[in-house]
Amino acid sequence: MQLAVLAIYLLAALAPWLCSKHREQTSRILALLPAGLTLWFASHLPEIIAGGKVIQPYAWIPGLDISLTFVLDGLSLLFALLICGIGTFILLYAGSYLKGHHHLQRFYVVLLAFMGSMLGLVLSDNLITLFVFWELTSITSYLLIGFNHQDDKTRKAALQGLIVTVAGGLALLAGLILVAIAAGSYSIQEILGQADVLRDYPFYNAMLICLLLGAFTKSAQFPFHFWLPNAMAAPTPVSAYLHSATMVKAGIYLLARLSPELSGTELWILLLTSAGTLTLFTGALLAIRSTDMKKMLAYSTVMALGTLTLLLGLSTELALLAFSAYLLSHSLYKGALFMLAGILDHEAGSRDLRELAGLRRLLPVTALCTALAALSLAGLPPLLGFIGKELFLDALLQGPAAAWMLALVMLSAISGVGIALLIALRPFTGELRAPKPVEAIHEAPKDMLAGPVVLVAASLLLGLAPGLVEGLVLASSSAVLGAEQTGYLSLWHGFNLPLLLSFVSLVLGLVLFRFWGRVRYHLSKLNPLFARGPEAGYFALMQGLVDLASWQTAFLQNGSMRNYLRVLLLSFAGLTAYTLLSRYQLHWNWEVSLYLHELILALILLSAAVAACITASRLGAVAAMGAVGYSVALVFVLFSAPDLAITQILVETLTVLLLVLVLFRLPSFTRLSTPAERGRDALVAILCGGLMTLLIMITIDVQLFPPISDYMIEQSQPLAYGRNIVNVILVDFRALDTLGEIFVLALAALGVYAMIKFRPETAPGANHSAGTLILPPKVRKSETSDATLSDSPSQEKSP
Amino acid sequence: MMKPGTLILHVAARFLVPLQMLFSIFLLLRGHDEPGGGFIAGLVASGALALYLFTFGAMMTRDLMRVDPRNLIGLGLVIAMLSTLPGWAQNEPFLTAQWWPMTLPGGTELKLSTPLIFDIGVYLTVLGTVMTMLVALTETEER
Repeated sequence: MQLAVLAIYLLAALAPWLCSKHREQTSRILALLPAGLTLWFASHLPEIIAGGKVIQPYAWIPGLDISLTFVLDGLSLLFALLICGIGTFILLYAGSYLKGHHHLQRFYVVLLAFMGSMLGLVLSDNLITLFVFWELTSITSYLLIGFNHQDDKTRKAALQGLIVTVAGGLALLAGLILVAIAAGSYSIQEILGQADVLRDYPFYNAMLICLLLGAFTKSAQFPFHFWLPNAMAAPTPVSAYLHSATMVKAGIYLLARLSPELSGTELWILLLTSAGTLTLFTGALLAIRSTDMKKMLAYSTVMALGTLTLLLGLSTELALLAFSAYLLSHSLYKGALFMLAGILDHEAGSRDLRELAGLRRLLPVTALCTALAALSLAGLPPLLGFIGKELFLDALLQGPAAAWMLALVMLSAISGVGIALLIALRPFTGELRAPKPVEAIHEAPKDMLAGPVVLVAASLLLGLAPGLVEGLVLASSSAVLGAEQTGYLSLWHGFNLPLLLSFVSLVLGLVLFRFWGRVRYHLSKLNPLFARGPEAGYFALMQGLVDLASWQTAFLQNGSMRNYLRVLLLSFAGLTAYTLLSRYQLHWNWEVSLYLHELILALILLSAAVAACITASRLGAVAAMGAVGYSVALVFVLFSAPDLAITQILVETLTVLLLVLVLFRLPSFTRLSTPAERGRDALVAILCGGLMTLLIMITIDVQLFPPISDYMIEQSQPLAYGRNIVNVILVDFRALDTLGEIFVLALAALGVYAMIKFRPETAPGANHSAGTLILPPKVRKSETSDATLSDSPSQEKSP
Repeated sequence: MMKPGTLILHVAARFLVPLQMLFSIFLLLRGHDEPGGGFIAGLVASGALALYLFTFGAMMTRDLMRVDPRNLIGLGLVIAMLSTLPGWAQNEPFLTAQWWPMTLPGGTELKLSTPLIFDIGVYLTVLGTVMTMLVALTETEER
């Protein structure tokens, strides 16, 4: 399985090369891999259905309990099949849909990278690895939403998706770490069966809320649902794949995966059922308002995600069976519907339901597929969607659901039927109407139709013969339940309450379809309410962030060197002094014995330092500082640290060289501060100097740990074959530190280079676009953030 | 600011720069046992090139160095990173030192090792860093 994920990543790396070599055929070649993987995963079906598990261990960082161990059970198999199976068709579809796009290669790379990450996410056994893949899906999703990056709106939508999901990801990481602390392991296999330990964990509530924040943001649950419809700025294949069939279900997957250990508590039931119901209802309300097919489908995806969360919240045996069935049926029909909406857009020139009508003759296959997929969306027999919906209603009626939830679910179901009918009938019936001329409209190419046809056929076939998929669904819900799941899938359950509710929602859905225009008109009166929805909160938060940043920049980093120094020194002195005084007593140790030459050196040091402070010329100050530096080098020599002394001397020399080069560019050496300011600076200096003195006195007296230098001295020759301990530490014992340091050095050099070579072309403060990327255009307020930039004196320009 | 035709500096630079460069390599190679090492050697080499820079200007220094100092930084980082890999290939933790001692025909012992390669990387990075700053400053001065 590790190889499967690796192969996808490798293929992603090879995609540009394939693209330049095979051009139009690329998508078909690329699709071979996920197709093969689908078959490979399918070959495990008998074993998994029989209750088995495939575990492939692979150590990654054993010291930190992080492994790349992959586990295939019912739940991950269901997801893996969806990811690879739908992925195959998405690749084919994208090849046609984005034909001739000049960034097609880039698209393949990111889409395949996403596929690999998503597969890794559902197969990982380790919580940290799972998190890494989780974040990788966020990043690839960001790149895919922002694929048409020239468009300002697209970039904002991409960034919004990223910020919401990654912020949730941070909470998730905290939650996962808490889980690992409680269970004593990062391995999901080892966490399994520790349900009591986890539920009795004192921080259970915090842990659950952190995990839910991660899952809810990723899976677009209320109140984080707003990023998903905005993500429809992505090309249609991406929306079909990431934002309906796979990625948005990652949060659901995580909840399902941890459900055996965490579910069943009051908090779990309360949070999941209410968030699920609210998401479902919000999605339904917003969906019926939309006229763009893709937006409508996006909101209906929000509805489906709400339903899945609600089912997980109920966490009865029946609910979890419904969960697996609903998950499968939704992925099949929603993937197909998105692709069909893309076909309409591609062939007829619009996705707006008001602009399309009567296309059934021109696009017969598309019309038929859309009708069938929409029937599955509406939950009508004999499609798989019906089975999922019946089970859902049954589970809801039998589970611990409140009456208000039931009412909202019913309203949403009516809206669901209405949406399905609108999508199925509006574009295809009635008088022919489309933005494109009739001659230009023709059926989509085979590659684009392949996906919808196969997915719809699967919905129909599995609806008629649910026995074919019963084993997988049961195995999947067993994994979510954490115990053997019993039950069966069937179209016909007899005359019962769920059937009646389905019938009622169908009838009312028909009414809704008939009076869609009027309903939308009445709903538009609620617009002010929608404008004040959670998305407004997101923008307010972002605005607050920008304001905070500009405030703290003006306060802490106002461009004045002395201010930086003051802030740095005072924080250093404050924090150190606090630790010092709160943990250790003050030590006064004046018993110092000095040799005469040491005393002279100390006096030179002192007088040079004083001279540097009071001198009236810059050259004098430089010379005095040089004297301080060389005296320190002498101190190193006296205490037998030749390496340090050499380095100190070399650095001093190079500093002088640098100063010579910039000396003539500096402004005249005048006194800029008032006596009061000088007094304040002197106080800061005395504070820091006094603190250092105290610190040294303490280090002489107090020995907190046995010094590590003995070990270094002893082991330098036998372990590292070197007599020069300083160098051995630098390049062997602590080589990782050195590696980090040379990278810092390189960055500093590049920074200096950039500052010298690339002068700003416009005056400081002229850049008004700062901060607008994350804010809506109306609340653009960049003056504040730029004000600080103009504070920085551009002294380098003066001769 | 550099006056052309300062004879003493010219002559001295011609002799001192190669010597100082040699000395820096000496310091680099002996660093594991005696005072020296990549960081110090890199600073000494930068001192040598800085002398050349002050004497003959940025153009001629670039000609002498043949590579852009910025590329030297990258090269140094790559070499330092490469030195971390052999340990990995031996299934030991990242950055574990590997030693390949050998005896040359004259009876001299040569201690090749990944710390040496790492030190060469440090040397080049330091040299590149200092020269990037100095050359950039000199070039803006000359313009």
